Amino acid sequence: MTDKGQFVWKRRHLVGLDELSAAEILHILDTAESFREVSTRSIKKVPALRGKVVALLFFEDSTRTRMSFELAASRLSADTVLFTAKGSSLAKGETTLDTARNIEAMGVDIFVIRHGQAGAPHMLARKLRSSVINAGDGQHEHPTQALLDIFTIRQRLGRIEGLKVAIVGDIAHSRVARSNIIGLRKLGAEVVVVGPPTLVPSAISAMGCDICHHLDDVLGEVDVINILRIQFERFGGNLFPSVREYSRLYGMNAERLKRCKKDVLIMHPGPINRGVEMTSDVADGPNSCILQQVTNGLAVRMAVLYLVSQGTE
Amino acid sequence: MKRLLTAQQLTRALNRLYRLVDSNLPKDRPLAVIGIRTRGETLAQRITDRLRQSRTHPIDYGVLDITFYRDDLSLRKGMPLVRATEIDFDLDGKVVLLVDDVLATGRSVRAAMDALVDFGRPQAIRLAVLIDRGGRELPIAADFVGASVNAPPGERVQVHLKEHDGQDGAFLIKSGKRRRQ
Repeated sequence: MTDKGQFVWKRRHLVGLDELSAAEILHILDTAESFREVSTRSIKKVPALRGKVVALLFFEDSTRTRMSFELAASRLSADTVLFTAKGSSLAKGETTLDTARNIEAMGVDIFVIRHGQAGAPHMLARKLRSSVINAGDGQHEHPTQALLDIFTIRQRLGRIEGLKVAIVGDIAHSRVARSNIIGLRKLGAEVVVVGPPTLVPSAISAMGCDICHHLDDVLGEVDVINILRIQFERFGGNLFPSVREYSRLYGMNAERLKRCKKDVLIMHPGPINRGVEMTSDVADGPNSCILQQVTNGLAVRMAVLYLVSQGTE
Repeated sequence: MKRLLTAQQLTRALNRLYRLVDSNLPKDRPLAVIGIRTRGETLAQRITDRLRQSRTHPIDYGVLDITFYRDDLSLRKGMPLVRATEIDFDLDGKVVLLVDDVLATGRSVRAAMDALVDFGRPQAIRLAVLIDRGGRELPIAADFVGASVNAPPGERVQVHLKEHDGQDGAFLIKSGKRRRQ
């Protein structure tokens, strides 16, 4: 849609949206557009990565992202190997780098890494010869999730520039929020983050977004509401009084939806805590694009795998 | 850059190609014309338009991007944008006319046939090219050819079409680097 074929992708790694230019982000989205068609064929496979090996290193649990990457790799005809932290050599005291180097020695071309520590994919990208794709690192970035969110927004609303996007919930612990803010700002959208003060650090405004502590105040003015999961497993202390109170103040429901713009887009990166972040009638209603996000995730990850495999630097 | 065909000569070559296609493809069978991006797409569109005027049977038109099927994918670094393949009809049992601008090594056609069989089982695939320049590296031949030229190895033939380049014509270009498709 932009730069008709003139732009040339060069990166061997995708560790975050922070280092990408707007043109590079758009190039990924445009490439994903081409891959969307592959999933509609009767034979859902192209030989683009035939003979390549993709290693999925999941030091943290994941269902959706892992399966999405696995399926994306197999639709490109790559072979995949899976490593999960549980029941592995990690339990025997091996470092992350040693684990990765050993797997690389088996002849891997692309690493897809999810790690609890921010910066782990950056470190591996510097040390390994293979390509590295960040599938979520600590509270830092989750670039492919943000890319698929932005891809879905563009698909449904036709543009990114000039839109106003609300990101609601646990901003403090969320790599999805960070990557979304970075990507959306680069493409010219306005972002407002919404949540209780304990979950929205005031320093986040340095990323170029507005802060609001009342969901009701922004409902009428936003084009997209991206609702994050409350990550009960990530924070120890009590950051809000009760789930019921959180839901009353920040939960999306039919009544709140009525006060939104008619074609407002409701998003959620999953998995949903139904009844907490949003009610079922909203999650399954016409404004929701939650399953479309999952479908698009496959095309976006195919595009990312393909592009880094062609990269030179 | 040396001119191989003027606009007028290119039109004549295309007319000849069209006549060959029209007189040899069955008139009583469903037909699909599929162009290989980028110049083949435009040629396929021109051929489809004319076939639709003279035939009553429905004719499907599609576009193929063969990037994912290339055998030299890993030899090329830094790819320009891949564009979507647009074949939103069934290929089973149809006669498919594959259209490209220049036939040289045959590798694009090999990739295109691989891609087509992922979409279904055509009754037959026929190949139409505007220019056959020789230099085959695979056992592939065109069914219909607009013009044959003997281009020296190491030089490439580039077709210009007014939809993309402002005017029609074909040129011989000395180059180390080959243009995609």
